[in-house]
Amino acid sequence: MFSWFANPSRFMNLSNWLAPACYAAGTLLIAWGLWQGLWIVPKDDYQGGDIMRVMFVHVPSAWLAMASYSAMAAMSFVWFIWRHEVADVAAKAIAPLGALWTALALATGAIWGKPTWGTWWQWDDARLMSVLFMFFLFLGYIALRAAMDTRQQAARAGAILAMVGAINVPLIHYSVDLFTSLHQDASVVTADGPKMAAVYLWPLLSSALGHSFLFAALVQTQMRTEIRERRTARIRADLMAGG
Amino acid sequence: MTPKPILAAFGQALAEAWAGGAGALLPLGFFAGAAVLVPLGIGTDPDTLRAVGPGILWVALALSSLVTLERIFQADTEDGTLDLWLQTEAPASAIAAAKTMAHFLTAGLPLALLSPLLSLMFLADADATLLVHAAYYAIGGLAFYFWGGVGAALSATVRRGGLLISLIALPLYVPTAIFGALAMTDAPGSQSAPLLLAASALFALAAAPFAMAAALRLAAD
Repeated sequence: MFSWFANPSRFMNLSNWLAPACYAAGTLLIAWGLWQGLWIVPKDDYQGGDIMRVMFVHVPSAWLAMASYSAMAAMSFVWFIWRHEVADVAAKAIAPLGALWTALALATGAIWGKPTWGTWWQWDDARLMSVLFMFFLFLGYIALRAAMDTRQQAARAGAILAMVGAINVPLIHYSVDLFTSLHQDASVVTADGPKMAAVYLWPLLSSALGHSFLFAALVQTQMRTEIRERRTARIRADLMAGG
Repeated sequence: MTPKPILAAFGQALAEAWAGGAGALLPLGFFAGAAVLVPLGIGTDPDTLRAVGPGILWVALALSSLVTLERIFQADTEDGTLDLWLQTEAPASAIAAAKTMAHFLTAGLPLALLSPLLSLMFLADADATLLVHAAYYAIGGLAFYFWGGVGAALSATVRRGGLLISLIALPLYVPTAIFGALAMTDAPGSQSAPLLLAASALFALAAAPFAMAAALRLAAD
């Protein structure tokens, strides 16, 4: 299955229509989720009144922070084992976008935290800390790739670091979990099915799905740019060599 | 497989630690210097110093490991020794582990041995817990140096790689730092913290050499 996607031309053909489709789906789902979340659903006074509406950005971005690091590590693994170049292009494209959504999760969390907990930042909150360290893992990955001399070196060093980070993420999460937490417990997915009232659940799911589509679309655009850059570099090298 | 190349790598790293002027005294100087800056920064209130002392020493230990790790693989990469290590029949992971362990013994363990003295400067009571804490610093330092070694191996070909090592390695230090600091408090849940601290060090010992080996093969290409 990986090999089918490994062909850059096949990827370019696929993303030629898939990327615009993802942009459209992402925009529509986010727009509906935000419209519902900001204007339609009733405010929840227990969660701080109107400020709880930031949830419709905060929860999707937190979910994408986790998902994008997993995706980057998975792509690094595929590249490291099978040396499929498209996987490396994907890992490279995911890193800055993942860092962006992770920063968004931290920022919206702080904005929500100030009126409800009375503080921008809460050191003894496990999930907050985990997301912060994930942000640093992204930054280290980006910096390491940028410091390498050649594309091949950057791919290898990045893949090693992403995999080392991935095996440490559960440990980091467990260790910060040892602290007591002010954060409310996970309430969307529980063993008894969703606990959240349906009036919040649908806009939230729509927003989360929309963010995922938008993320996928941006990653594809980045990947297309990268592949075109590599092709240009090769053509230029051929011209230089052939005269 | 003979253990000879591994022992040679271990011996070389030990010898390097003492070469070049102050040698193994430099990490001690950095560790003590970083720690004694703190009372100047936060004031000299005895209760505050007593409360923050153990944590300050964890931070100083982490920083010391980052500062000294920069060169351990870089010198070998520059002068071609790394290519020779990789041509021996010994696994690259064992070579990397031997070098990192030697580096820990010369640059990390002395810091743990110095820690009781610094703890006294942070007004800790002079009793047996200081020695227990020194053991915790030694165990935690082992994890720091091995994860830091991954960062050092990854940035072995990068000029001025020291800052890069910090960014790469600091997130990997988090579990060890948390377990270590927790082991020195009497907070709920701290009873199991020494075991978790030891587990995080063992995990680093088990996993980091393979990542270092992959990174060193990259540096040698």
